[in-house]
Amino acid sequence: MKKVFILLALAVAVAFSTAASAREVTFTAQLADYRGDGAYLAIYLTDSKGAYQGTLWIAGQDSEYYKHLRGWARGSGMDRAEYDGLTGASITSGRTLKMTLNLDDSLIDSGHQVRVDTAVEDMRDNRADVVTPLTTEGAGKAVSGRGYVKSFSYHF
Amino acid sequence: MWRKLHLFPGLVAAPLLIVLAITGVILSVSPALERWGAVVPADGEISVAQFAESVVQQYPGAEQIKRTPSGAVIVYYTRDGNPGADLVNPETGESMGPYEPSVFFRWVKDLHRSFLLGDGGRMLAGVLAALMVLMCISGAVMLARRAGGWLSLLSGFKGSGDSRVHSELARFAMIGLLLSALTGTYMSALRFGLLPEPANSEPSFPMEVAGGEPAPVGSLQALKNTDFNNLQELVFPFPGDPRDVYSLSTRQGAGFIDQSTGQFLEYKRTSTNNQIVDWIMRLHTAEGLWWLGLLLGLAALTVPVLSITGVRVWWSRRVSGRVRDNIDAADADAVILVGSENNATRGFAKDLHEQLSRSGRYVHSADMNELAEDYPKASLLFVLTSTYGHGDAPASANEFMEKLQQFQRTEELTFAVLGFGDRQFPRLFCQFAKDVDEALASHGLERLEDATFIDRKSADQFSQWGHRIAEVAGLDLRLSHNPKPPSLFELELVDRADFGLKLEAPTSILRFRPAAGKAGFPRMFGKKGGQLPDFEAGDLVGILPPGDDRPRYYSLASSREDGLLEICVRRLPGGLCSGFLHDLQAGDHIQGFIQANPEFRPAPGSQPVILIGAGAGIGPLAGFIRENDDRHPMYLYWGGRDPDSDFLYKPELGNYLQDQRLTGLSTAFSRTTEGAYVQDKIREDAPNVRQLIEMGAQVLVCGGSSMAADVREAINTILKPLKMDVEKLRQDGRYLEDVY
Repeated sequence: MKKVFILLALAVAVAFSTAASAREVTFTAQLADYRGDGAYLAIYLTDSKGAYQGTLWIAGQDSEYYKHLRGWARGSGMDRAEYDGLTGASITSGRTLKMTLNLDDSLIDSGHQVRVDTAVEDMRDNRADVVTPLTTEGAGKAVSGRGYVKSFSYHF
Repeated sequence: MWRKLHLFPGLVAAPLLIVLAITGVILSVSPALERWGAVVPADGEISVAQFAESVVQQYPGAEQIKRTPSGAVIVYYTRDGNPGADLVNPETGESMGPYEPSVFFRWVKDLHRSFLLGDGGRMLAGVLAALMVLMCISGAVMLARRAGGWLSLLSGFKGSGDSRVHSELARFAMIGLLLSALTGTYMSALRFGLLPEPANSEPSFPMEVAGGEPAPVGSLQALKNTDFNNLQELVFPFPGDPRDVYSLSTRQGAGFIDQSTGQFLEYKRTSTNNQIVDWIMRLHTAEGLWWLGLLLGLAALTVPVLSITGVRVWWSRRVSGRVRDNIDAADADAVILVGSENNATRGFAKDLHEQLSRSGRYVHSADMNELAEDYPKASLLFVLTSTYGHGDAPASANEFMEKLQQFQRTEELTFAVLGFGDRQFPRLFCQFAKDVDEALASHGLERLEDATFIDRKSADQFSQWGHRIAEVAGLDLRLSHNPKPPSLFELELVDRADFGLKLEAPTSILRFRPAAGKAGFPRMFGKKGGQLPDFEAGDLVGILPPGDDRPRYYSLASSREDGLLEICVRRLPGGLCSGFLHDLQAGDHIQGFIQANPEFRPAPGSQPVILIGAGAGIGPLAGFIRENDDRHPMYLYWGGRDPDSDFLYKPELGNYLQDQRLTGLSTAFSRTTEGAYVQDKIREDAPNVRQLIEMGAQVLVCGGSSMAADVREAINTILKPLKMDVEKLRQDGRYLEDVY
């Protein structure tokens, strides 16, 4: 697991790095008991207007379903280079996804938002299931999603 | 080969295949249920724009509209920050209630496609689907062979018990099962990358949008041009995002529509390859094809029964004397060939096989018809054979003499023939065994031991023969086969019809039912106490008269399905068993057992059948006619003595003629002024008989041996112009005799 994180950290650092200083951020998404198959999640950054900036994590391996992560799909164009190395297993109903990566300091407190899109087979797609600003103040505060995400938080 | 391909996957996979089948059956009703609850407007009645407009009025927070292949329409929406989903009437846009996908069906679907085990389980399900394809194909080939051709598959099977149930069910379910298995295999192969996926034909997201004021959804041209019945999915733009678009997918393609202009920004037709894949998947899931779903479900419903009967057939075949450790013909140093009509000889052959193996020989056993071109390593050749009818080859040996012409003898190969027969019929006792013995000698092979003949399956004579063979061949043989005593069941006489009394040739039709509670151990899935064993008209019942342990055999005129066991018996002067039977009163009990006689049956298929008999020989023939439910052409020629006294089955035959089970009836009576015998009637009818045989008719003869000889002569005369004869018909399995 740890190896994956290091790899991630590298990838994200490369994607966003301009300055040298980076911070380790842990994202936690607890899913509701929505009684369905494993959920696909896209966790990504947007600017304050909601325009796509970069991918943080995709939960779910089968890229043919990625189009159902609608906001992310539209922003990223589902370009493989956008999510290469940033994917993992889909998340079972009621379970929690926890993942850590290094984010460039400049992304925090600069009007960026973290968004989560979710989708489940034969159930509805949720664009912007979670929308929360990425700020020092917001760290450690759980927000609830409007779809399959019961609560979402990040810690520095 | 085919049998192995059928058997191994079946034995290994049966329990899991049953799980796949039962879950499949449950899932198969889902499309029908969905269709039943759905409102489907006529084609061209509603456009997607119209419908979306009415949805937006009812659901201002609508996000996504989905139309399932069955026609159910789901609207996903957000109201006061809470997500929801409703089933919606497409004609009004009004809610038909909340949409709650069934948890049960989802669980069953998971069980069906992955045994609830994720990707590993999916792979297993894929492998099982492939095994199922294999079993369908191998099973179909075996069925076709058994029926005598692919076309004959349509007309059903004879036979009884598990084997019959298995074949009949498979005949109906085969196509459905093959379709499900093939499409399932394909889907699995696609998923695991064993087959190339068709190229992605989805449109890419548009980079630029017009950016104008969003127009009402009902006014969007691209949606107006799309018929509602073609809709698969419509996703609304994210509220307040002017750069977002409508995403539309239909059966024909998918595209993105500008919020303000209502024009497609991007559109791509579904490629043919993708459409094909789509169809293959629909043939499996039956989504939107509810009738197909029900048919496939019906087919899948047979799988548990097929599994159980299949395993049972295998088991009973295994138990009944299949030779184990059979060495290949090319490697064997001892060869046993069996000529058998009804398997009685096989028990002896099996004992010989085991004893030879035990004394260190590499033994190959086969039917005489399977005579190889040579046995390069063999020094011992044993031929164990019975004789059929009048000195003829039994079923498993009828091609032997012909094949022997091609046989390459080797120097060291020596042979011994062991014949099986009954000295009560001395004239042609073991005639075929004698013929084989001579043929082998004149083919240049050396005798190990003179031909020996076993009377009435005597275990004692068999073991003596073993001693002599052991001596001359320097082997350690202790043959001790004692034919298994047949399992007896008790019968109670229900009623009797007596004929021929004034002719002093009393003949009676006797009907028995099982005496209650006397059927041995109830078997796992079958018989309970007081039921008849499996038999069909044409099989034999062995009856033990009191004070004698040698059974007498009578041809059965009924099947187990009739619920009664019926025989037709003529009282012979001084006959121990026929006298015993004739003295029975209703309610009396006797002991009997069934000896299968599957060769004496009308062949499946619609070819005409000519039945010929005299006297009590009408019994099985009447049984065949009674079972002719498919109304295949059947003609009966029968000879009696006096129509007033011994016209057996007279009323029944009249009924059969009327309901067309029987096509034609010709009777001959010998004690009338006409004084005709059955063969005379056949000669009179020569053009007809000839034409029927030319058309492929099969001839079945039952009665005394002199009658049978006269009939053969008559038929031979009739067939002369066709350059055919009885012998040739017999080789084709088209001339069968049950003679006593």
